[in-house]
Amino acid sequence: MSTITPAAWDAGATHDTATIELPAPEQAEPAQRDQPQRDQPQRDQPQPKRPQPEQPQQGQPTGRGGRPRAARSTARRPKSRFLSAGFLVPVAAILIGLAWAIAPGLFATGSPTETVGPALQAPSAQFWFGTDATGRDLYTRVIFGASESIVGALVAVLVGFAAGTTIGVLAGAVGGVLDEALMRLVDVLLAIPALLLSLSIVILLGFGTTNAAIAVGVTSIAVFARLARSQVVSVRVSEYVEAAYGSGGTFWSVLWRHILPNSLTPVVALAALQLGSAILQISTLGFLGYGAPPPTPEWGLLIAEGRNYVATAWWLTVLPGLVVVAIVLATNRLSHFIRGGDPA
Amino acid sequence: MPYVARRLLQALAVLVLAYTVAYVLLSALPGDAVLARYGSPELGLSPEQLDAIRESYGADRPPLERYVDSLLAFLRGDFGYSVNSGAAVSTLLATALPSSLTLALASLVVAVVLAVTIAFTASYGGWGWLRRFFRGLPPLFVSLPVFWIGIMLIQVFSFKLGLVPAIGATGLQGLILPMLTIAIPIAAPLAQVLLRSIDEVRTQPFVTVVRARGASTTWLLWRNVARNALLPTLTMAGVLFGELVGGAVVSETVFARAGIGQLTAQSVATRDTPVLLVIVVLAAFTFVIINLVVDLLYPVLDPRLRAKTAAAPKLQGATR
Repeated sequence: MSTITPAAWDAGATHDTATIELPAPEQAEPAQRDQPQRDQPQRDQPQPKRPQPEQPQQGQPTGRGGRPRAARSTARRPKSRFLSAGFLVPVAAILIGLAWAIAPGLFATGSPTETVGPALQAPSAQFWFGTDATGRDLYTRVIFGASESIVGALVAVLVGFAAGTTIGVLAGAVGGVLDEALMRLVDVLLAIPALLLSLSIVILLGFGTTNAAIAVGVTSIAVFARLARSQVVSVRVSEYVEAAYGSGGTFWSVLWRHILPNSLTPVVALAALQLGSAILQISTLGFLGYGAPPPTPEWGLLIAEGRNYVATAWWLTVLPGLVVVAIVLATNRLSHFIRGGDPA
Repeated sequence: MPYVARRLLQALAVLVLAYTVAYVLLSALPGDAVLARYGSPELGLSPEQLDAIRESYGADRPPLERYVDSLLAFLRGDFGYSVNSGAAVSTLLATALPSSLTLALASLVVAVVLAVTIAFTASYGGWGWLRRFFRGLPPLFVSLPVFWIGIMLIQVFSFKLGLVPAIGATGLQGLILPMLTIAIPIAAPLAQVLLRSIDEVRTQPFVTVVRARGASTTWLLWRNVARNALLPTLTMAGVLFGELVGGAVVSETVFARAGIGQLTAQSVATRDTPVLLVIVVLAAFTFVIINLVVDLLYPVLDPRLRAKTAAAPKLQGATR
């Protein structure tokens, strides 16, 4: 234990510190009070962990306190970080969007394809978002569209995350010729502009929501692979990985137990960020007419349909667009928060 | 110059791979383009005639042979023919390119101006609320769907204010809205890079010294911030190009403007794969060239990299 440098310790904080003795809570308290910056919010960096026995505690037993880890981490990060608007508002927006996607019937009573009133009614108490050219309730359509757009985005992120992380981790962990070959493939995926790549794949797979989602997912493989690889490469040379190999770990066990848990946090933050961009890209494909077929209330398609009435019915394009912007903005802010940015 | 040679080889490999990937994606089609164009019953073509058409497009030979042939033809500058209109792809591109290039360049200029304005106001704006507002703009801008920006601009500037005709505007008037549509999402990452550079430079100790010797804010911005922001901006050049292409496809569709973007959208809608293949490969080619130039320019622009030339290639390889 004495050989662990502070840097390696920090890098392994998510995983390997679990085995390191924690200070008893009674001991930790005075130690923290001594630090002048205690009242400042500590954001991404946990407090520098001092080797415990530095301060001799008078009259305290030196046995281990056995305090649960969760309690410890909240002590280090002030609660206010999670109670700030920068965290709560995006989370609320995303939860609402997810609820729409999972149970649209709870939020809107009608059917998204049913004519419920006169055509092109402006928003009113009865039709919150107004009605479209065939008298369908736009609010209902937006809510039912959430399942198309949000589930599509989840599929896209899953495709990108799974394929990209696999490629990146393999390239980073194995190295050599495989690394070189995989990274050139990633270069190619990066070289083709995202929209053109997704269009090519949509042509190959055929139009439709799922295919559009897969196509969008493929465009994000490259970023996931790059990030996962750089993480794995930096973790691989750390001392605790060497130690794990030294104590008889096989390639796969070390990869699974040590390298992966310590390299995936930024990748998860990227997944949150990609969720927003996937919603944007899927709605773009829908808008261009390569996503869901017409009666489907997919968000991009809703805006495309409303486009013919820009002059007379502003709500058909403005309101669905605002919903898209709100959800995308929320996922972007949440990702910013996960990466440890200030909750602004 | 082993680094330059290696970098060139790498770029070449990526280009050939890009062609291969695009070729596999676009000609491994389940429904072939000939059938999509000539297969409809109204044309009343017999299977033999369809085969003859396939033969004329060279679609009946073994895949590998076709691939090698198409690659060689591509290298000679022979881009093949559109399945949809029968015109040579090179002719289609040549007619569409000028309008798209104008649009792209104009958008880029507007994006840079917009980004500088945002970053400058967010750092040096007179009031706190103004700075906070401008700081919030880049995250908002990246969350806007490009096509929606276009529609909103039409709504405000064409229908509410009546400043620009919605469709069919020509010349400079027709350029304004499509240009803004593309520029807004591109300005956001640029502004963020600039903001970060300004923030970084402002906290450096040397700024205090420079200030004490009488430097003005403008001087400081030009001499230090601009130079510091240039490098990260250059690294983004390739990505920005991709955004430009995507933006062109969307905004040319929204504004019914002829150009490469509209050609792309049309060729997808009609499954005109020869056209799309050329567009995809040329886009990848441009991206690779941009990144190559940026990588080779890096040591020229950044003396810190020149000083440790031996370490530089390795460092770039790892961070890219």
